[in-house]
Amino acid sequence: MKSFYGFIRKEFLHIFRDPRTLLILFGMPIAQIMIFGYVVTNEIKDIPIAILDHSKDQATREISNKLISSGYFKLVMNLTSLKEVEPAMKKGNVKEVIVFEPDFRKKMESGLPGSVQIIADASDPNTANLIVNYTFGIMQDYMAQYQQGKPNTIVPEVRMIYNEGLKGVYMFVPGTMALILMLISAMMTSISISREKELGTMEVLMVSPIKPFQIVVGKVIPYIGLSFINAVVIIVLGFFVFGLPVKGSLIILLLESLLFISLALSLGILISTVSNSQMVAMFISLLGLMLPTILLSGFIYPIENMPVVLQWISNLMPPKWFIIVVKNIMIKGEGWQFIWKETLIMMGMTAFFLLVAIRKFKIRLE
Amino acid sequence: MQEKLIEVRGLTKKFGEFIAIDKLDFEVFKGEIFGFLGANGAGKTTAIKILCGLSYPSSGEVNVAGFDVYTQTEQLKLNIGYMSQKFSLYEDLTIYENIRFYGGIYGIGRKELHNKSMQLIRKFGLVNERNSLIADIPLGWKQKIAFSIAILHDPKIIFLDEPTGGVDPITRRQFWDLIYEVSGEGMTVFVTTHYMDEAEYCNRVSIMDEGKIVAIDTPNNLKSSFGAANMDEVFVKIARGTEK
Repeated sequence: MKSFYGFIRKEFLHIFRDPRTLLILFGMPIAQIMIFGYVVTNEIKDIPIAILDHSKDQATREISNKLISSGYFKLVMNLTSLKEVEPAMKKGNVKEVIVFEPDFRKKMESGLPGSVQIIADASDPNTANLIVNYTFGIMQDYMAQYQQGKPNTIVPEVRMIYNEGLKGVYMFVPGTMALILMLISAMMTSISISREKELGTMEVLMVSPIKPFQIVVGKVIPYIGLSFINAVVIIVLGFFVFGLPVKGSLIILLLESLLFISLALSLGILISTVSNSQMVAMFISLLGLMLPTILLSGFIYPIENMPVVLQWISNLMPPKWFIIVVKNIMIKGEGWQFIWKETLIMMGMTAFFLLVAIRKFKIRLE
Repeated sequence: MQEKLIEVRGLTKKFGEFIAIDKLDFEVFKGEIFGFLGANGAGKTTAIKILCGLSYPSSGEVNVAGFDVYTQTEQLKLNIGYMSQKFSLYEDLTIYENIRFYGGIYGIGRKELHNKSMQLIRKFGLVNERNSLIADIPLGWKQKIAFSIAILHDPKIIFLDEPTGGVDPITRRQFWDLIYEVSGEGMTVFVTTHYMDEAEYCNRVSIMDEGKIVAIDTPNNLKSSFGAANMDEVFVKIARGTEK
């Protein structure tokens, strides 16, 4: 037991003496949260638009005002003819042009549809879609107000529950948490174990009376602690910087984080059994864990939109389940009864990876 | 009759169809410096792994320091030391921390460990450098420290796997002085090397080829029986002999 304590002490010395490790451990989580929070965002804000108003009546003015005062759009140009549309998009950074046909209000009053054309810059299709949807939504809203009191009209009242402001933080905080815990736990452990192999110190440890499982557990314990601190830092940052509350139980959230950390660590051990150098360990971790975490876990791209085959594959991605759990707890405030399935899946995965890793470790020793 | 510290009878190791070691028989006596020679791929590393309890033999009896490699690997590991060409020190730890760490995993008590560490540091005149990182000290020192750490827990046998690879001749010579010193204190030394001049320093040497021991004797006897001027010639003659 004394020798085991000495082993853990040594691991901490490795971590605290290596500036790069420290940077990855503590700099990266904060940097990532900030980057995803402020830079990588699909929220719409101050999109430059131009308006070509052939009608210039009360209705078109009201719609224009409504668009501009929404905060989503910024009027940068008033056009006078259709010929100016393309140059405006090419020269300026106008992303959308709204064209009102002549006699807009008159048509509306006489019961005919008022026609309006929305021209969007689709060189970035996702943004174009979003812009058009927002514009359309605002116009519908106007129509609903206009038609109030008149018979035979449907006036839907939309309410986006759990995330009323449609804020991106609700998505990226759980995702970043999964990404960072995965990266730190799996990559750092696999690198640290492979380093011993690369430097030849593993040989000496193997010849010594310390047991293989003690080596592995000793390697893992410091990273459990540090990853856990990171999980807390992310939650705290999400709360104070981005105003993301934890509606559910904080204790359950932390327990689930611990479970996911163990899952990632068992993956890290598995990776270290197949790699003999730090480089290999890093590449396997980056390509095998990071990319799937970002692409297939539902972190950035919705799983519902993926081809069926990829949807199946996404079920094998550990972060997917963690993200679901974190969202349910943080945003919906749900308890055990809604996340036990995901919890069991993560436990199963942890057990599986650990078993395979132990087997591999033994075979290698032979 | 001298005490046998390593006793190997009919040791065979197969990897699937490939026979890495073929019915090895030899013994090493207490206090001896035993040279274990052979070309690359002759089976030396596999044999050392078995002797250190890292790998089980396919068949045969192996007894090291009085312990059976099949059933008593734990006691065996406590009674042997091991050092390889890579020196196996942690570059980001200080001299003192390295000694403390390795002493710790052999279960040496805190107080004894401190005394031993300081004794060792004084012996090499490194009192002022004891808190410098291993990365910052010269190669020769690293080698000496690695060796001292390998024998910190007073093992009965020390296994040295090409301990002098990539080291300059003067440092090599100094290293052999250390080996003689511990051997004089009664420790058994089991050493592999590529340098044939080093083979001459051993009390007895064995030469392995294709999984078998083809010669085992004192360097002088080997030289006279092969009619060679030095160990280098002995080695070349044996290698030629098996090529036929």
